[in-house]
Amino acid sequence: MSTAVAARLRPSPGLVANARVVGALSMRSLKQAFRRPQFLAPIVIFPSLFLAVNVGGAGRATDIPAFPDVAGFLDFELAGAIVQATMLSAVSGGIALALDIESGFMDRLIASPISRAAIVVGRLASTAVMGVIAGVWFIAIGLIFGAEIKAGVPGALLVIVLAAATASAWGGFGAALALRSGTASVVQGVFPLVFVIIFLSSAFFPGNLLLEPAKTISDWNPMSFIAEAMRDPIVSGISGEPLLEGVLAIAGVLALGAGLSVWGLRKRLAG
Amino acid sequence: MAAIEVNHLVRTFAGDVKAVQGVDLEVAQGEIYAFLGPNGAGKTTTVRMLTTLLKPTSGSATVAGFDVVKDAGKVRRAIGVALQEAALDPLMTGRELMQLQGTLHGIPRAEARRRGDALIGRVGLTNAADRRVGTYSGGMRRRLDLATALVHEPSVLFLDEPTTGLDPASRAAIWEEVRKLNQEGTTVFLTTQYLEEADQLAARVGIIDDGLMAAEGTPRELKAQVGKPRLELRLAEGSPEACSEVVGRFGELLPPKDGVLVVALPDGAAAIAPIIRALDGAGITVQDLHLAEPTLDDVFLEKTGRHLEGAEEGAAPEAEPEQVA
Repeated sequence: MSTAVAARLRPSPGLVANARVVGALSMRSLKQAFRRPQFLAPIVIFPSLFLAVNVGGAGRATDIPAFPDVAGFLDFELAGAIVQATMLSAVSGGIALALDIESGFMDRLIASPISRAAIVVGRLASTAVMGVIAGVWFIAIGLIFGAEIKAGVPGALLVIVLAAATASAWGGFGAALALRSGTASVVQGVFPLVFVIIFLSSAFFPGNLLLEPAKTISDWNPMSFIAEAMRDPIVSGISGEPLLEGVLAIAGVLALGAGLSVWGLRKRLAG
Repeated sequence: MAAIEVNHLVRTFAGDVKAVQGVDLEVAQGEIYAFLGPNGAGKTTTVRMLTTLLKPTSGSATVAGFDVVKDAGKVRRAIGVALQEAALDPLMTGRELMQLQGTLHGIPRAEARRRGDALIGRVGLTNAADRRVGTYSGGMRRRLDLATALVHEPSVLFLDEPTTGLDPASRAAIWEEVRKLNQEGTTVFLTTQYLEEADQLAARVGIIDDGLMAAEGTPRELKAQVGKPRLELRLAEGSPEACSEVVGRFGELLPPKDGVLVVALPDGAAAIAPIIRALDGAGITVQDLHLAEPTLDDVFLEKTGRHLEGAEEGAAPEAEPEQVA
């Protein structure tokens, strides 16, 4: 390879520096989550308990006529638990960002010669890692308690990748709310909304069995498409349509969340 | 070139709140400049504009030769900032925070570690470096905050109320470190509501009140503007009239207060020995004698019509400074 080509392919110093900053901020956010149990609990413990209660109490739901053909209710519910964990990790990320603003730590970052976007991207990168952790955790729980990943290892990896993407996509909304409000309690206030969005989707219950108007809302809720994209490799195998719909739904949420967080950051920097 | 140059800087907030109403100031390279004022005077808003955290509504400012709006990135590379209420993550260790700060300033990992360790040692936190910041005392946090502001060796250092709420020993430790940094060539711009802090540290003082500069100069110049040193005498023996006649030769007699004779001395402390000799010659014995210098609080009172909040809190520390290497 010629020197000129090598120079062209080499990442620019600015890009490398930004990547280093994003990595450092992301690592800091992850340490924060692991050192403060109240950040980690909603992501792993709450959805696990919810999954246990759901599967234990409503396990015979699969006997309902028109219930999708699945090996067991746990297999069906795993995707719901994962999307719930990803949304909760997005809210937790937003709370952590708001705490940074409240404590003045954000000012330390803004007063540094770094890209402003790196502050938000660093946070979203750590939220994506939390999504990976949630994906791995629930697949492990599922396998331990008898669920089967029909698409095997590639299917499990696909679910984990989708979980990471979903977490960072919703993380944009958490970040936007944190940046606009600057108050952790405001971000914390959206926790109930997470449950509304999830229960008005096919994450925990088949959309075709929901009553109106929940069914119509579920049909259009991006969370339904995301849940189905994660459920498909678990209950049947990887197929194109649900995957494409899920990826498009994640892309839509990501675009909207990123746009809102950029707007929130601009507003905050304008003082 | 001035280290900081501010021209009619204005900042208003929603609701037409005028936090800063037209500040002009200049800080020379290598100078310690104290920005003195009560809470809500506009000190922090000014610092936030100078450190690029807030855009001015109007006016202009340069720091280290760079415009704070047009060249904000270059300003950020040149300055160190320790803001009010040390903005530290309580879940990180001191060493992790130093490392992160180095990364934020683009310093290679190994170099950031070396500088971080050296600065942690410099502010006397080596033994606490691997403890979470949440376990630090207020003084330790401020010292760590100061250390993080220095990791990229800034030419201009902004300290926003660096000792507010600290005990005298911690305050003295910060003062000592600020003096050392200044001796090494760093320009220091500090805001404070403590008179003693401005008096002890600063080459020049700017007094801000209600978003406007009320006065500016060296502490000596400012004090000289409001009056001369006053000698207060309480007699043990002899008539007050005779005493007044003697001390009146050395300065302007002021109205006595609580039986104490007061005379303004243009020559200050230099006049004390001749006065004592003259009183002795006149057979007058003095029970108590006290030379009262004008204070920055007198300046503040003269310029703004009120005393500065926290003036008493800022009294000189009596305890020994905390260990600072």
